[in-house]
Amino acid sequence: MSADPNKPSLFDKFKNTQFYRSIFRTGVPVVSHRQRMMVMLNSVFLHLHPVRLPKHAVKVRYTWCMGGLSFFIFLVLTVTGILLMFYYRPTIEYAYGDVMDLSQQVPLGIMREIHRWGAHLMVITVWLHMFRVFMTGSYKPPREFNWVVGVVLLVLTMLMSFTGYLLPWDQLAIWAITVGSNMAGATPFLGMNGPGSSLLSIGDVNFVTSVSDARFAMLGGRFVGGGALLRFYVLHCIGLPFIIMIFMIVHFWRVRKDGGISGPT
Amino acid sequence: MEAFPVPLKIIMEAVKHFINAIASPKILFNIVFLFYLIVFPPFKFFQRIHDALGIDRLWTKRGGIFIFSLMFLAFAFGLTDANFRLIVLKPDNVPIVALLFLVVFFLWFAMTQAKENDEAIAKGDKPKEYADSREKVLVFPDLVYIEFLCLIFVAVLLAVWAIGLPAPLEQPANPTVSPNPSKAPWYFLGLQEMLVYFDPWIAGVVLPTAILLGLMCIPYIDKNRKGLGYYTYQDRKMAINTFMFFWLVLWMFLIFIGTFLRGPNWSFFGPFEYWDHNKLEVLNNINLSQYVFMIWLKQGMPSNILLREAPGFLVLAVYFGLLPAIFAKTIFKDLYQRIGGIRYSIFVVFLLMALALPIKMYLRWLFNIKYIIAIPEFFFNI
Repeated sequence: MSADPNKPSLFDKFKNTQFYRSIFRTGVPVVSHRQRMMVMLNSVFLHLHPVRLPKHAVKVRYTWCMGGLSFFIFLVLTVTGILLMFYYRPTIEYAYGDVMDLSQQVPLGIMREIHRWGAHLMVITVWLHMFRVFMTGSYKPPREFNWVVGVVLLVLTMLMSFTGYLLPWDQLAIWAITVGSNMAGATPFLGMNGPGSSLLSIGDVNFVTSVSDARFAMLGGRFVGGGALLRFYVLHCIGLPFIIMIFMIVHFWRVRKDGGISGPT
Repeated sequence: MEAFPVPLKIIMEAVKHFINAIASPKILFNIVFLFYLIVFPPFKFFQRIHDALGIDRLWTKRGGIFIFSLMFLAFAFGLTDANFRLIVLKPDNVPIVALLFLVVFFLWFAMTQAKENDEAIAKGDKPKEYADSREKVLVFPDLVYIEFLCLIFVAVLLAVWAIGLPAPLEQPANPTVSPNPSKAPWYFLGLQEMLVYFDPWIAGVVLPTAILLGLMCIPYIDKNRKGLGYYTYQDRKMAINTFMFFWLVLWMFLIFIGTFLRGPNWSFFGPFEYWDHNKLEVLNNINLSQYVFMIWLKQGMPSNILLREAPGFLVLAVYFGLLPAIFAKTIFKDLYQRIGGIRYSIFVVFLLMALALPIKMYLRWLFNIKYIIAIPEFFFNI
């Protein structure tokens, strides 16, 4: 190949077309300082980050990368979860068989594995993220409220995992959820087996019964059955992701608004 | 076990029996609690032991090698046992094993950096993050590149994990056959372990709510403005010592017990013990009111519920009403003056709620106390 270095290649020509420049405003390759800044400013996704950061903030030994990984795993779970939804029907008749088919009928099917192990991993990364934020004292002013938002996100992550646990509809699933939901039945005042529930009555008519207490609201029934499966499915796929996204937006926004990642002053 | 010569086999069995014995919650909790007190000493007495033993040496490269060799050796030794493998290598337990190693690693990682910084600060220098933070780098490509590498690493890890370990799928759900033990998902096993000592309304509702509210309160209680944005131990000793009690003893350790050491009927089993469904545990627990009226006063139980449970209510009133005031005058005198009445009250109430768990454990182990207040008529048992 004796290409003339001065002669523009086909790709160089393509980069000058109206079409290409309408998509990548910064241009490629990104070499100049100005271009590197423009990459950040021109991208809706990278806009999550500032253009420049203090050097300690990009080091893994400071951040452990745990917050970013939690978000990344959340995205992985969203993608694999959507794929799983194509094949999964949340009814007692079909749920178990559909999950069985995912592992036995799909060649090289590992979507369910990635989803399940990813879910466990996300709980771990979220916990470790909390641990890191504590150890660097990053919850101190002005970031107090973002720590509170983070605690909400931690709870939501565990609730996401908990609702997903029921969906395979095997013995592991229903009995784990039975153990968990029995606790709801012991909620003070609102649970049938909780203290004070018998006080909420007029005469002999008790308001908190097995068909009206917190456990019933959670399961859509008196035991873990079809109602609970549908309820957990809807919460797992739509309800909780919706709420967690809102809190994530606030969380990320506040990181920037509270002065970026914490650092020594 | 043919691979090992007979004397070695006997020694290994002896070691396993010994570990099974000390893994009993009564003993293991004390060991872990003592460990915590020495490594993160909340009181001067333990600080002296901490200094005498030179615990700080753990937070160095050599200390790290020591900790991890010990952990890996113990784990490898455990894997030679069939019962141990059965529990630890259960697909859903793999993340917990990973979690334990990761928590210890990151604890060491954070404390090592804290130690380096503390030494620099003691010499009058700035923490190492300070020099770095004066220098600005561009997010593209410096940060995006690191994020991209992390992302690929985790994606590969997940793919390998997913290919290597099939997700568990047991028998189809059957509401008439309950497996024994029935366990909640692993991250809730700390709460399930608390069920041994508290009724569901406390272990499953009140305490989890308190944990979350307590976590949310941390930034508002901790008035110490030092130690923001760098790893340090000396600059915020009290905060870290307190946090480690919750994080390591009450969070990680309870999950560890609930996952690995609780078998059928939620009975205790050592790590090398077979999960025998017929293992019996003697339950001869009695309530505080029975202690007071039947054993000490040698009379029948009063028929009036409030009178019957008066001793329990008294204990509770002293615990939450009087103790904070006493602490404010004694062990938490400095703290009280530093953070003021409101912050102090919130802190002490959460601390006492958390301490209620170990206290209830000791009451159970030493005096067989089941409930401090027992009003089963209203499901009000504490």
